[in-house]
Amino acid sequence: MDVLQLVVSGLANGCIYGLIALGFVLIYKATEQVNFAQGDFMMLGAFVCLGLTNSQFMGWPFWVSVPIAIVIMGAFGYTLETLVLRKMFGQPQVAVVILTIALGFVLRFFAGLIWGHEPVSLESPLAGQELRFGGLVLGWDEVTVILVTVVLTLLLYFYFNRTRLGVAMQASSQNQLAAYYMGIPVKRLNSFIWALAGMVAAVAGILFASKGSIEPSIGLIGIKAFAAAVIGGFGSLPGALLGGLVVGLIEPFSARYIAAGYSQIMPYLLLFLILVFRPHGILAQVHSKKV
Amino acid sequence: MLQAAEKTGTEAASDAVLSVRNLESYYGPIVAIRGASLEVRAGQIVTVLGANGAGKTTLLKTISGVMNPEKGEIFYNGRNIAGAEPDEVVRSGIVHVPEGREVFPLLTVEENLRMGAYTRSDAAGVREDEEMVYSYFPILKERARQAAGTLSGGQQQMLAIGRGLMARPRVMLLDEPSLGLSPLLVKEIFAIIRRLNEEQGVTMMLVEQNAMVALNVADYGYVMELGRIVMADEAQSLLRSKDVQEFYLGIQEETQRGQKRWKQKKTWR
Repeated sequence: MDVLQLVVSGLANGCIYGLIALGFVLIYKATEQVNFAQGDFMMLGAFVCLGLTNSQFMGWPFWVSVPIAIVIMGAFGYTLETLVLRKMFGQPQVAVVILTIALGFVLRFFAGLIWGHEPVSLESPLAGQELRFGGLVLGWDEVTVILVTVVLTLLLYFYFNRTRLGVAMQASSQNQLAAYYMGIPVKRLNSFIWALAGMVAAVAGILFASKGSIEPSIGLIGIKAFAAAVIGGFGSLPGALLGGLVVGLIEPFSARYIAAGYSQIMPYLLLFLILVFRPHGILAQVHSKKV
Repeated sequence: MLQAAEKTGTEAASDAVLSVRNLESYYGPIVAIRGASLEVRAGQIVTVLGANGAGKTTLLKTISGVMNPEKGEIFYNGRNIAGAEPDEVVRSGIVHVPEGREVFPLLTVEENLRMGAYTRSDAAGVREDEEMVYSYFPILKERARQAAGTLSGGQQQMLAIGRGLMARPRVMLLDEPSLGLSPLLVKEIFAIIRRLNEEQGVTMMLVEQNAMVALNVADYGYVMELGRIVMADEAQSLLRSKDVQEFYLGIQEETQRGQKRWKQKKTWR
């Protein structure tokens, strides 16, 4: 029973890492840019939803705030791409890395300014509810995280494989030049990708916030999610989720069975081992790119 | 070898569907095309020959809108499309089949074809054209569900041409379709290019280094060197021209003593 509860809470955390990792990979695959502010996108999504829901701010019903927060984050991602990142075209990759790291600082600063630096909790109907199966006690919040992640994954799978726009996004990420030749509007698709990454981040943030309190620096778990994306195979969407789950599962188990000082480093130790022995990640999706 | 082209420029439709005037294109500070002018008549196969770095690919890229010209005009059916965005050019009926295939490696053959029709919204017409492409390239139908990256080079070239056809083009810009293919496959691909031209009425602008094959299939030919057009004539006349024979077909005259002459001045220099 104990083990099962560890598994569920590990999976729930892992889903959130996985969703953030998904944001990293979406953007990287489509534009070859790495968005180090992805964790702060999640934080912002969580706070936007909190700002709309909590009685001390707007006080709207939770189920109204959620879709609005997702749309706001989508619009944020879209605008950011069109106004800022598109201008970085042709600059070295490191310029985008520095830009997004700086963006993370800016987002954290503004979030602190608006919502304060004290931990706050989202007034979510899921918090505190329990689900009992015989002797097993599961938090509704954790079950919801897992269910929502499964549904979102299926939606994204359907989107990327069955819709024209989704297949075109795949096409443009595999061969941008050929996509240009076919008349696919590559630039607009890149904006859509950033919008999608913003929306996924918002979902991750809302799920994270319904599991516990949040503060502006929670975006730093983006680093763990980045590790998860590398473990899973940077450039593979299923790999990102899998990497997230692996990192999520390692944490509670190592906390339980390994001395406290060492358990913290387990995800990074795994990252290290993966980089040495399987540099393309667990689900490597390698196709040599022509230069 | 392929049958020699029979129709000539004057017999075919007299209007130029595509006309390039004094085009100049740069890669940063480096000039790639220095004032090239040429015409492609409707229904013809026109070839542009030239060595590496002559500016052939740049010419096609500039026409398809992937590169913007510095100067000059590109008239397509009387409309200047110089500097237009690639999707606009594809919608207007010009499609570029790039050098080195450039398929979408992880998408299936079928998805690749569908992407060729991205600019179109008539679902029924797209399905029809998919069948049309399969009728020209039956192997693609067999491999419809296979990832394009797993196809052989020849099959990928077929897919690239088929994907271009899916846009239902009036003019097709073909960049080195013979690149890296065996002589037998080259023959097969060029036979299909010829058939597409005759049966589907697609005007072809063909850039090639393999001058022999290209001139045999083409109606009209241009020779490009260092960004300029240096010769222009009926394909058959070019085949017979001493310069083209020596510099592009590798046929060397022997002197009366049976020795080879190693160097000859080009007449256009």
